[in-house]
Amino acid sequence: MISRLLTFWMPLTWLLFVTICAITAGWLPLPAPDIMDYDHQNASPGTMVIMPKETTAEAVPGARNQVYWLGTDSMGRDMLSRIIIGARVSLTVGGTAPLIGLVIGGLLGLVAGYFRGFTESIIIGCMDVILAFPGLVLLLAMGFYFGTNLWTLILSLGFLSIPAFCRVSRAVTLQLANREFVLAAKMIGCTNCSIMVREILPNIAIPLCVYGLIIMALMIVVEGVLSFLGLSVPPPTPSWGGMIAAGREVLGEAPHVCLIPAAVLFLTVLSLNILGDTLRGWARPL
Amino acid sequence: MKDTMSTSITAAAAPLLQVADLSIRINTPKGLVRPVDSVSFSLASGRTLGIVGESGCGKSMLCRALIRLLPAGGHITRNAKVHFNGVDMGALSEKSLRLIRGRDMAMVFQNPMTALNPVMRVGKQIGENLRLHTATARKAVRDATVNCLHQVGMVHPDRYVDCYPHQLSGGMRQRVAIAMALCCRPQLLIADEPTTALDVTVQAEILRRFNRLQGESGMAIILITHNLAIAANHTDEVAVMYGGKIVEHAPTGVLFSRMRHPYTRSLMDAVPRLDAVAGEPFLTIEGQPPDLSNPPAGCCFADRCRYARPLCRRAAPPLTCSNNDYHRFACFFPLEEGEG
Repeated sequence: MISRLLTFWMPLTWLLFVTICAITAGWLPLPAPDIMDYDHQNASPGTMVIMPKETTAEAVPGARNQVYWLGTDSMGRDMLSRIIIGARVSLTVGGTAPLIGLVIGGLLGLVAGYFRGFTESIIIGCMDVILAFPGLVLLLAMGFYFGTNLWTLILSLGFLSIPAFCRVSRAVTLQLANREFVLAAKMIGCTNCSIMVREILPNIAIPLCVYGLIIMALMIVVEGVLSFLGLSVPPPTPSWGGMIAAGREVLGEAPHVCLIPAAVLFLTVLSLNILGDTLRGWARPL
Repeated sequence: MKDTMSTSITAAAAPLLQVADLSIRINTPKGLVRPVDSVSFSLASGRTLGIVGESGCGKSMLCRALIRLLPAGGHITRNAKVHFNGVDMGALSEKSLRLIRGRDMAMVFQNPMTALNPVMRVGKQIGENLRLHTATARKAVRDATVNCLHQVGMVHPDRYVDCYPHQLSGGMRQRVAIAMALCCRPQLLIADEPTTALDVTVQAEILRRFNRLQGESGMAIILITHNLAIAANHTDEVAVMYGGKIVEHAPTGVLFSRMRHPYTRSLMDAVPRLDAVAGEPFLTIEGQPPDLSNPPAGCCFADRCRYARPLCRRAAPPLTCSNNDYHRFACFFPLEEGEG
């Protein structure tokens, strides 16, 4: 029971929590992620800002008391707000890029594993070309031609993840295509297309989705790494990787600016990996 | 014995299935393999042909060749003739073959654990065949499916149509697989060791049901088995295969009482007996089956045969027909009539 709590419920809860926060960010009582408070730069977590009474001379109209629960960064922007908004970028990249790879790679692998022979050679050959192509060069080129924005990033990462899904899908299909139920389907006169869609696809969907969780974790890390190179979303849009990169400069005096987003990233990736492993174990007996 | 011993194969007018000179070649990394070599036989409607032989003697390949579903790299030689219902199967397009498969010719596989799709409800798997080959209306498919399951002896079929295969026992799964094969009322059922994975009581029940359905619809059955007792009790005629060839073929009663081929004799002797002395070793056939990628020049069985003479190693004996009872055997020096 304890092990199931650790390997399933806790990671799931954390991921749901992050996702819900990212979705509902607009309705939460948070300051905008790009408002700079020059009086409180690098404020430590829990700093409370009490605004002067409206009657006094320094009063700013409409300003309210607030607490920086996770402190502020080197430009005085609220960390909590930035992390929650940044989750949107990380989760969008982590969710969409593997989805592109899963659909395209999964189908290519299915076709390769089912038909074998010439078709398989062509598809596997293309995958080897993608694998051999330096990913960073592709990302730089895409960023150069289409500008560094979220969709360029997602499309490039999705494209680069196609071979991984293709291999998994092909391996599972190879196993299944020799099973008698596929022969039985051929025997009752099903066409190849209907065998692939109706007999094999439902069987490879689960292993592919579980593998997708692990790739999702990888994509979130990759997005963070690319922020260091300026290949992720351009500022001021916050992303976890961008926040870690910016916090690096003030690591000495205000470690929380770097460490808090790093911890959130760490927990999210860890949760995805643990959840992926657990689900893979459950899916195997099929 | 299912029929009387006097039943002769030649009595049927136009046989449902006629196979002449069927050979299969498979290209493998180790070279060309010949799992089936010049097999000829014919089968009339309403009759059951048993095919017996050791593992790897080409029984299953023969069946897959009949339905034209060979594994990758395998092909049927050009001079082979397979006529089903008077139609030359070799001349049909893949599309016409798809129409015949499942509707006129169906197959039951050995292992019910792998013959069903694990992520599809069993009712849907049976319904798929009905949907493809019959004009059953979408809403009537479920009732038709329940009816099929009922016919193969499933108790409370309506309770099980919506189950997934893993929720059923082995016997039930095999019934589902059989229902899948039988739901379109095929003229020819190919059963590839349909009961090997099941326990003996279920075996007998399923085979009896085959015979009953055969009586109702007049379908022909090819029953592959390596259980000689099943062959003796549930077939009209038996073909013994060895090394990809039919070595002896006769009406069941004739074969079991007056076998002529030494291999058939050895197979019979290898059946364990209840009345054998305890502790006595089982009789086995010495040696290994021939390497099908490099078959011997003479008789395939010569290396393991007690009666082999030099001629046996030089030339392959033809499958000759003895004058009585349509008894065919491939041996230069057959056992004497009374010896069995």
